[in-house]
Amino acid sequence: MKTFNYHSVKDVKEASKLSSSKSAFLAGGMTTIPSMKLGLANYKDIINIKGIKKLSGIKVSGKTVTIGSTTRHAEVANSKEIKKAIPSLSALAEGIGDPQVRNRGTIGGSIANNDPAADYPSACIALNAVIHTNNRKIDAEKFFRGMFETSLKSGEIIESIEFAIPQKSSYQKYPNPASRYAIVGVYVAKHKSGVNVAVTGAKSCVYNDKNLSDILSKNFSADAINNTKISASGMNSDIHASADYRANMVKVFAKKAVEAC
Amino acid sequence: MSKVSLEINGKKISKEIPDHTTLSIFLRDILNLTGTHVGCDTSQCGACVVHVDGKSIKSCTALAADLDGSKITTIEGLTTNGKMHPMQEAFKKLHGLQCGFCTPGMVMSAIDLLKNKKNPSDTEIRDWLEGNICRCTGYQNIVAAVKEAASKM
Ligand SMILES: Cc1cc2nc3c(=O)[nH]c(=O)nc-3n(C[C@H](O)[C@H](O)[C@H](O)COP(=O)(O)OP(=O)(O)OC[C@H]3O[C@@H](n4cnc5c(N)ncnc54)[C@H](O)[C@@H]3O)c2cc1C
Ligand code: FES
Ligand code: FES
Repeated sequence: MKTFNYHSVKDVKEASKLSSSKSAFLAGGMTTIPSMKLGLANYKDIINIKGIKKLSGIKVSGKTVTIGSTTRHAEVANSKEIKKAIPSLSALAEGIGDPQVRNRGTIGGSIANNDPAADYPSACIALNAVIHTNNRKIDAEKFFRGMFETSLKSGEIIESIEFAIPQKSSYQKYPNPASRYAIVGVYVAKHKSGVNVAVTGAKSCVYNDKNLSDILSKNFSADAINNTKISASGMNSDIHASADYRANMVKVFAKKAVEAC
Repeated sequence: MSKVSLEINGKKISKEIPDHTTLSIFLRDILNLTGTHVGCDTSQCGACVVHVDGKSIKSCTALAADLDGSKITTIEGLTTNGKMHPMQEAFKKLHGLQCGFCTPGMVMSAIDLLKNKKNPSDTEIRDWLEGNICRCTGYQNIVAAVKEAASKM
């Protein structure tokens, strides 16, 4: 790993001021550190944001669950409040990687990175999340822009993620047996306003399957999507699964999720 | 360079180190604590697992500077007065190792499991050890050793 200047900051302003096109924020480091070691990324400055108190913690109100960006996966997995308000969200966190990844990795790092196979982006879409940054609020639908791409501007810091508590929800994934990233993951959430079917792992970026969402909004049952055809166009194809297989898995896991709701 | 102060296996240590020093390098190359192994160096294999403030983490993927002020336990810190930890005893007794490369990480990870779950099932043990890869044993005896240790701890 090439050398860099390490900074540990106490507030968001300082972090934002230090950042440049050659810097990265250090949250869990579970992506940043291996990327630097593999030479996929090099930074002049590494800015540790975990010392910023207001970025961590969990708040549950009547309608929403708000999670600070540096909150670790293990904290979300073990939170009694989240287990009660949105059990599918704590179950998702429990299924990420392995215990040591969950002890370090953070929700903010996960969504800022927007890996096409990451779990949390699907939760953001399914649970109508609002991403709070140091400058603005961004709807999840507008946040995830493409493969490893988000609408975050340089120096912009995610402070927290606010999820809407659904009536029912379930996240089901077919994990890569080595990393546990999703080969296909489907997050179904039924809100008063309608159903979301967020899909991760299948394409270059997480998306809401509008067709499945519409059908399930009218008739919330696994049988309702029995005859729906999922197109393989735009689906990922790699050593783990072909595009056709992934298309089929989207339906299989959507049905599983509806049944588990 | 940053000054880093850590408590390692009960001993307070302060050193001036390059900013990009990972905890694994700090332990192995600077302190000569080579019980912590480095396999993949990119957070996949778990050979480098140690405890930081009581929780297991992969030391190859944490900056020493980021852990300033923490308490760290490595495999060297498990013995008391020359007596092995019950988890080490169980791995020895039930052949939970062959080449031994993965063992320090396995042992540290398994101890963290028993802190959270006193009597884990086979499935819970296998789930927990998801991040620890062993090329030799086929895992069977590792699971048996963790169960044996659970009954002794
Ligand atoms: C072995 C392994 C297995 C894994 N398995 C899974 C899995 O099954 N499912 C899954 O979803 N993920 C998985 N991950 C990813 C992991 O869970 C982390 O979420 C992810 O690596 C990034 O989070 P981090 O906190 O470590 O971010 P870091 O590595 O610290 O940062 C990543 C990027 O995000 C930016 N960033 C971090 N925080 C903020 C913020 N608050 N505001 C703005 N930008 C920010 C940084 O600048 C950097 O560019 C795995 C990782 C590993 C190493
Ligand atoms: S050496 Fe750290 S996980 Fe492999
Ligand atoms: S004993 Fe050889 S890798 Fe596990």
